Amino acid sequence: MSFRDAILQNVRNNQPSSRDLPAPPKFHSEQPVELKKQFAAALKELSGDVITEPPADFGKFLKNRFPDAKTICSAVPEYAGNRKPEDFARWSDASSIDVTIVRSPLGVAETGSVLLSEEEFRVNTIGFLAHDIVILLDPAEIVENLHDAYGHPHFRDKAYSLLMSGPSGSADIGGITVHPAQGVMTLTVIFWPLAETQNVRSAK
Amino acid sequence: MSAVDQAKNAAAFIEDRTHEQHLDQLLWMMRTRRDEAASRVPEWEQLRDLASQIKEHTLSHLAHYLEMFESSAKANGVTVHWAQDAPEHNQIVYQILSDRNADSLIKSKSMLTEECETRPFLEARGIRVTETDLGERIQQLDNQPPSHIVGPSWHKTTQDVANLFARVYGSDKEKTDPVYLAHVMRVNTRPLIEQAKAGMTGANFAVAETGAVVTVTNEGNADLSANVPELRICSVGLEKIIPRNEDLAVFIRLLTRSATGNSITQYTSHFRSPRKNGEMHIILVDNGRSSRLGMEKFWRSLKCIRCAACMNTCPVYRRSGGLSYGSTYMGPIGIIMMPTFDAHRYSELPFSSTLNGSCTNVCPVKIDIHEQIYAWREVMEEKHQINLVKKEAMIVAGKVLSNPLLYRIAADSTETSLKVLPRFALYNHLNAWGRHRDIPQPAKETFHDWYKKHRS
Amino acid sequence: MATKRQTRQSGVPSVARGVGPTLSPRATLMQVALMIPCYIDMFYPEVGVATLELLEKLKVDVVYPFDQTCCGQPMANSGCFEEAQATEELFIKNFSRFDCIVTPSGSCTHHLRNKFTAVPDSPERRKISASVYDFVEFLHDVLQVREFPWANFKHKVALHTSCSAIRGLGMASMSERVNDPKFSKPKKLLEQVAGIQFVDFERPDECCGFGGTFSVTEEAVAAKMGYDKLEFIRKSGADYIVSSDMSCLMHLQGCARRLGANVKFLHIAQVLNGVAQ
Repeated sequence: MSFRDAILQNVRNNQPSSRDLPAPPKFHSEQPVELKKQFAAALKELSGDVITEPPADFGKFLKNRFPDAKTICSAVPEYAGNRKPEDFARWSDASSIDVTIVRSPLGVAETGSVLLSEEEFRVNTIGFLAHDIVILLDPAEIVENLHDAYGHPHFRDKAYSLLMSGPSGSADIGGITVHPAQGVMTLTVIFWPLAETQNVRSAK
Repeated sequence: MSAVDQAKNAAAFIEDRTHEQHLDQLLWMMRTRRDEAASRVPEWEQLRDLASQIKEHTLSHLAHYLEMFESSAKANGVTVHWAQDAPEHNQIVYQILSDRNADSLIKSKSMLTEECETRPFLEARGIRVTETDLGERIQQLDNQPPSHIVGPSWHKTTQDVANLFARVYGSDKEKTDPVYLAHVMRVNTRPLIEQAKAGMTGANFAVAETGAVVTVTNEGNADLSANVPELRICSVGLEKIIPRNEDLAVFIRLLTRSATGNSITQYTSHFRSPRKNGEMHIILVDNGRSSRLGMEKFWRSLKCIRCAACMNTCPVYRRSGGLSYGSTYMGPIGIIMMPTFDAHRYSELPFSSTLNGSCTNVCPVKIDIHEQIYAWREVMEEKHQINLVKKEAMIVAGKVLSNPLLYRIAADSTETSLKVLPRFALYNHLNAWGRHRDIPQPAKETFHDWYKKHRS
Repeated sequence: MATKRQTRQSGVPSVARGVGPTLSPRATLMQVALMIPCYIDMFYPEVGVATLELLEKLKVDVVYPFDQTCCGQPMANSGCFEEAQATEELFIKNFSRFDCIVTPSGSCTHHLRNKFTAVPDSPERRKISASVYDFVEFLHDVLQVREFPWANFKHKVALHTSCSAIRGLGMASMSERVNDPKFSKPKKLLEQVAGIQFVDFERPDECCGFGGTFSVTEEAVAAKMGYDKLEFIRKSGADYIVSSDMSCLMHLQGCARRLGANVKFLHIAQVLNGVAQ
C-alpha cells in the first residue's frame, strides 16, 4: 500500500460523524457604505497611501514621490516607464527595479487590499523585489468585503493571486511593525478609472 | 527522554524580570488589539461559529476533500506527494532538491517543518537553508527554536536582537531601533533570496475545489520563496484543507484579527500552479493527524488555524515564555496537541494551566481548548504519567474526603489539619505554597463546629 | 446553557420566583441545602456563617447536611477520577434528595454543574448538576433580591469575579466576547449596598493564578499572576477586594500578606449580609 493509500485509509477509519457545511452569508452592512473612503482608511491603517485622483502629469508625480528612482517598471498603458516586466527574464533580476507600476482589477474596502495576479504582474517578482509599488485601481471595482472579493474569477483561474494590503512589514522585533521587511518599502494606490469608463462617462 | 518540566522552566523565566515583563506586556498588547479588531466586526461571533462548522464539516469528510484537493492540484500541473511521518516528509524534500542539484533553499515560516525538524535534516545533507521570515531567521541565527507560532522571536527584546546581529552581521549593537534592525536583516538576506535554487513554504490553508495553497504573511517572504526560484515545495498538514474559496473569506477575516489585531496581513497569497518555467511540489503530511482525528475528545484540536490568540491571552504562557514548553507548539494549543506526538515527554503540560477558559473564548475556530486540557489530565493519570508524589497526595485526599468522620477529625485538629488536609492541596511539602505566599491559617472552629453549636 | 436553565427553573418552587424588590412574607419557606466547600469550612468559616445568615434573612429554610465534605474537584482537576469517585458518591448521598443546593463558591458550582463525572451517570448525578447554584446566582436569578437594607459598606471595592464564575457559569460578561452586552450578577447585587464604591482596574478578568492544585504545582507562575493582579488593584486605590470565590481570595490574600499590601479581603456574602465595619 502506498503512503497515500495508507494515509487515506487511516483518515477514513477515523473521521468523526458527518457534519453539515454551512453557507457563509455576505455580511453586507445595513448602512450604506462609502467604499472609497473605507478603502482609503483601511489601507492607511496598514501604512499604505491613497491618491484619490489620477495625477495630471504622472511622470512629474513619480519624480516628486520617488526622487531617487531610476528604474521604473511599468506594466500599464497609462505610463511608459523605462522597463517592461518582460525585460526580466530571470525573475530575481527584478531587484533592480526602483518603482513598479501595475493595475489591480479589484479593491476590498474592508481591508484596503488590492488583488493582483500573474496577469497584472506578468513577472510576479516585480511585485515584491522592487523598492516601491504604485497600483492603479478603478474605484468602481472596489467591493465591500472579503466575502465579495473571493468571488472574483482570478481565484479560480490564475496560477498566483495575491491580496496585497499595504507595504511589506514585520512586527517580529518587539511586536512593533516596521517597514520594510523583505518586500516593497512603500505602497501607493491611485484611484484611476479605466480608460473605457472615462470615455463612457464623457460620452454621456 | 524525560518529561518536560514546564513549571521549572517557567520559574526560571520569571526570575528574569526584564524578559518576563517584556513578553507579558507585548502579548497582552496583542490580546488588546485583537479585542479592538473584533469589536469593529459586529458579526464576529457568527464568523467564529461558521469557521468552526466549516472545519468540523471538512474534518468529518477529510478523505473526500484530500482526494478532491489532490486531483485539483494535479490538474493544475502540481506534483502531489504524501508523507505519513516526519522522516518521510524530510526524505521527500531532500529527494526533490537533490534530484535537481538544488543545494540552497529559502523558506518562509512553516510550523509543520519545525515539527518535522526539516532544516537540521537538510543541513546535515549539505543543503544551505535560509529562513526568510524575520522572526524565524533571528531564531535560526541564534540557534533557538521559535518561542511563539506567529512571532517566533517575540521573547527577545530589541537589545537582544541588536546584540545578536552585532555578533552575526557586525552591525552596531547600540542601535536597537527595529527599523534599523529590519534593514540589517533585509540587506543581509536579499542576496541569499536572489541566489536560492529552491523555495519552500508551508500553507495556512489548502482549498480543495481549486487545488490552491494559501499563505498569509506580512513580509511577502512566502511570495518571494515561491516566485524567485523556479523550484518550489509546499508542505501542507492534512488538516489545512478547506472546501471552497468562499470559505476562505471567513478564515481570512478571523485569522489576522485574532493574531495581531490588523484586519489582514500585507500578503494573502494563493498559489494554484507553478510559476512560469517553474515546478511546484505539494507534500501532504500526516505525522499523527489522521490518528488524532479518531480521538473523540481531542480531534477538534485539528481545527487550529495557527493564529496564536490562545497564547497571547494565556496568563500562564505570558509569564512562562514559549521556550518553557520544550515543544514545537506551545501554550494552550500546544498542551492539547503535543501529547499526541509524545505522551510521555509532554505528560506534564496539561497541568500548566489554571483551566481559566480564556483561550477557548478567543479561539477563532472555537476549539474547546481548556476542556481538552482537563480531559488530557485524566488520560495522563490513566497512562500512569502523573508523578508519584502527586498521585499519592490524591489517594490520601480521596480517602479523607470520602469519609465524613475522618474528614471532620482531620479538619478539627489544628495540629494535624495543616499537616494532613492541606497536604492534598499543598503536595509534598508545605514550602511549595509558602515560597511566595503566606499560608492560610486554620480557623479556631470550623463551620461544622459553628453549625453544631449554633444551629442544630 | 439555555437548556440547562430550563431544567433548573422547572425544579424551583414557583413561590420563590417573582420576589421582587420588597420581600413579602411567603406561605411556605423555600428549602435549600447549603454546601460549604472544605477550604471555607477549615479556613474561612465566617464566610459560611455569613452565607447562612443571609439566606435566613431572606426567609430561606436552610438545611446543612452535616456529613458533607467536598465536591471532588481537587482530585478530578488533577485527572485522578478514581480518587474523586468516592467523594462524589458521598456528595450524591448527602445532597441528591434536595431540589436546590446553594454554595458560596463559583468553582465548586462549576464542577458540580459542568463536570462531576467521576461517578457513573445516574438520575441522582444529573439532578445534582441541575440543582446546584452558586450563592450569587441564587440571590440574583432565583430569589431576585434587589435590596439589602441591613448592609452598609462605605469603601472602595475592587470586584474580582473568578474564571469559574465568568466563563464556567456565565455570571458576568467576559472581555473575550467583545460584542456581548456587559453585565455582572455579583455587581448588580453589590450595587444595592449603601455606600459602596467600585473601582476599575486593568485586566479585570485575567485569572488570579489560583487554579486549584496549579497554585502549588506551578507555584512561581501562580504567585506572579497573583502579584500582578494585586498591583493592578493597588493602582486603582481599592480598600477591599471582594469576590464570590474564596479560593481566589485565599490565594490573593496569601500573596498580599507576603508583599505587605494593605488591601483587605471579603467574600460577597459577608458584604451583603452586613459585615461589621
